[in-house]
Amino acid sequence: MANFNLNINGENKQVDVSPDTPILWVLRDHLQLVGTKYGCGIAQCGACTVHLEGVAMRSCQLPVSAIGDKKITTIEGLSENGNHPVQKAWLEHDVPQCGYCQAGQIMSAAALLKNNANPSDTDIDAAMNGNICRCGTYTRIKSAIKTAAKMG
Amino acid sequence: MSIIKTSFGRRSFLKSSAVAGGGMLLGFSWLTACQTSNTEEEVMAMPKEWFEINSYLKIGDNGLITIISPNPEFGQNVRTSMPMLIAEEMDADWKNVIVEQAPYHPEHYGFQFTGGSRGIMSRWEPLRMVGASARHMLRAAAAESWQVPLEEVTTDAGVLHHKASGKSAGYGEMASAAAKVPVPEEVKVKEVKDFKIIGTSRKNVDGKSIVTGKPMFGVDYQEEGMLIAMIEHPPAFGMTLKSVDDAAVKAMPGIKDVVTIKSYKDDFEKGGFDTNAFAEIVAIVGNSTWEVMQAKKKLKVEWKPITAYSETVVGFRGDKKTVNIPAGLESTSSHQAQMAKLAAKPGKVVRKDGNPEKAFQDAAKVIERSYSAPFLAHNCMEPMNAFAHVQGDKVRVAAPLQIPSLIIPTIASSLGIPVENIDMDITRMGGGFGRRAYAHYIVEAALISKQVNAPVKLMYTREDDMTNGIYRPTYQATYRAALDENNNLTALHVKAGGIPESPLFANRFPAGALDNYMAEEWSIESNITIGAFRAPRSNFMAGAEQSFLDEIAEETGKDPIQFRLDLLQRAKDNPVGERNDYDAARYAGVLELVRDKSNWDTEQSTGHRGVSAYFCHNTYAAHILDMTIESGKPVVQKVTCAIDCGIVVNPDAARNMAEGAITDGVGNALYGELTFKDGAPEKKNFDQYRMIRMGEAPKEIDVHFVQNEINPTGMGEPPFPPIFGAVANAMYKATGERQYSQPFLGDKQVIG
Repeated sequence: MANFNLNINGENKQVDVSPDTPILWVLRDHLQLVGTKYGCGIAQCGACTVHLEGVAMRSCQLPVSAIGDKKITTIEGLSENGNHPVQKAWLEHDVPQCGYCQAGQIMSAAALLKNNANPSDTDIDAAMNGNICRCGTYTRIKSAIKTAAKMG
Repeated sequence: MSIIKTSFGRRSFLKSSAVAGGGMLLGFSWLTACQTSNTEEEVMAMPKEWFEINSYLKIGDNGLITIISPNPEFGQNVRTSMPMLIAEEMDADWKNVIVEQAPYHPEHYGFQFTGGSRGIMSRWEPLRMVGASARHMLRAAAAESWQVPLEEVTTDAGVLHHKASGKSAGYGEMASAAAKVPVPEEVKVKEVKDFKIIGTSRKNVDGKSIVTGKPMFGVDYQEEGMLIAMIEHPPAFGMTLKSVDDAAVKAMPGIKDVVTIKSYKDDFEKGGFDTNAFAEIVAIVGNSTWEVMQAKKKLKVEWKPITAYSETVVGFRGDKKTVNIPAGLESTSSHQAQMAKLAAKPGKVVRKDGNPEKAFQDAAKVIERSYSAPFLAHNCMEPMNAFAHVQGDKVRVAAPLQIPSLIIPTIASSLGIPVENIDMDITRMGGGFGRRAYAHYIVEAALISKQVNAPVKLMYTREDDMTNGIYRPTYQATYRAALDENNNLTALHVKAGGIPESPLFANRFPAGALDNYMAEEWSIESNITIGAFRAPRSNFMAGAEQSFLDEIAEETGKDPIQFRLDLLQRAKDNPVGERNDYDAARYAGVLELVRDKSNWDTEQSTGHRGVSAYFCHNTYAAHILDMTIESGKPVVQKVTCAIDCGIVVNPDAARNMAEGAITDGVGNALYGELTFKDGAPEKKNFDQYRMIRMGEAPKEIDVHFVQNEINPTGMGEPPFPPIFGAVANAMYKATGERQYSQPFLGDKQVIG
């Protein structure tokens, strides 16, 4: 066990965990930030996507010891009030079905739009291909990303 | 107006004294406001006092209404559409409605069941009655207060009016008095033309919670002092526990205990949903998920082969059947050999019309084709999990599950406690697709909690989830068609089977449309467990049947839609047999609608086109799929879809269901496959199990509903089965090759 000081959603958090603990479980078990989901544990489904310095990362493969002072953003910290353009677009298109993968989808989409304000279909396919949705909401996700891009 | 007696659902009018349990560390909220797009300031503040109208309804003194949604939610959006039924009949203002999830409570909420696409269908009348009764009680309270005749009191969007005197009052003002009004013996419900909420698109009431990552799923549940448990089950079907060496693991950091559990008492008579290949397992319990995961890797367990056994299973309607579970380690290669052998023998004849033997003898041409599909894993994105806390002879449970009432007797038996001592909250499910109808994981969590004497959250890893069983069975079907010298279809013969069940529906189309018809089935016993998977059996038969009909249409030189319509016309005008379980006119209706909406006749398509239609779960669905091949990969350019599910309660949400079913179906048709070697599933996680991804999803989906005033039927399953046929038929047009064996692509990345 070791102490780690983390910057999560703009707040400093201290946890005492084993250094190899993935950020996913630090968030879920130790910080009560459960919006980030476990889906596969091997970076294949994207349910655990968070931002590390604004870049989409699979938190199940991100050991707490590798973070240092880098800033982590989770779905809970993406916006003050659920009013990030991607979140608003998700509501406008009523994207979710079961909703389990959607935090990861939203985090991937937000990271995409940060670097590419007007993504093409191919850009969206490439950026979102790591996020699985068994309910099959992909067509709505794509439409919502385009709407979010227009909101800027 | 139609009048319905309230008596058949009077238990619904019991006042609910206890609402969802407290003590939740995370502020797990069972409440959500309906206006997700509004900012929080715009949603009405919480009232000072709530008045209970019945177990489904509370009205606040300020007019805010809480509607308690009875059924489990797994993405089909009943937490929005069921409250819409109540709000419609009570003339509530939707923006002042908040929705609360009912706990398991059959006295108050009847059969809380998510499955078989039966939710809205079964609640259509009872929930409207709940709303209409409340409206009556509010009107009666106003009539008494204003001293005016009841019939002169009208309602509109949460406000009571008396036109003659000009009096009006919000529902909140009359709620206290309305709660004391006797429940009416019968109530009038609205005519379809008077609906203001039903038939209009309402946003998912949970939308805001989902996009902001609020705790709502089973895995999110936490309580003070809660421990994490994970299981170790046999690595292969046909194996069971022999011994455990837990010494090293118990010494690992954060590990509290290692226990073995046995899910069923020896004398327990299993129900049809007590399916579980691995009743004896090992559980590791510790402080945190990561610590338990590390210990799980180090745990030393020895397994041994099972011996063959039989068990009596009590079916859904109390019927008993004996199930034989063979010993041995099964493999896909041996399955295929066994299936080929049985497919070549006569099966059990389930239906026979006319003289099919003679028709085949006299045929100018016989076409025979065989279709197959593999086992499939459900792969709900949220792996199986459950919270349980056993204290003495009581247990508190919170878990994602589809049919609470069917696991309650099992929990009671396994813990040795009365059913009344089980307190169950139903969390949102991160997918279900049938898998969560088999809630053995709750029994496991409860048994673990009992042994370690602490609140426990049991978590399956993805590998545990994918290798645990309860799969979609593997199936095979052989179709034969007899054609006369004029290329008329004179007879059809289907023989279908599977491991361990047959997929056949003998009385479905094209039965009834042919003078000579025969349906046979067979099955092979197995120790690999199976369960309901989005439109069970239909999810294979639709693809096989619709592929075969497509091939026959081509052979007879007919347009594939017209060929189907001609058969349906025959079934409508002069049906053969009396047990045909479809309405030929409604079936033809979706084909005609999809033909029209897709511009089929003008051939203005975005790709090579395949058509397919099917009827299941009381709903008709037809698809036209446009496919191109790019760099050797099939690309679904567009799917046009027509559905007849009667009245559409929440149109945009219903479209979402159809889009999801189509995408899910394209994925399973092209890639879905679980294979076995020596009893062990060969795919354990998403690096091996191909799920459809963004780049492979249809580029456009255009959903249309038949407009009618028929009571609503299923939406979650019906659009799923026919898409398999649409994919196969479009692939044929795109590549020139018919598809007989699912998955059509599998691990092959390209065609050819």
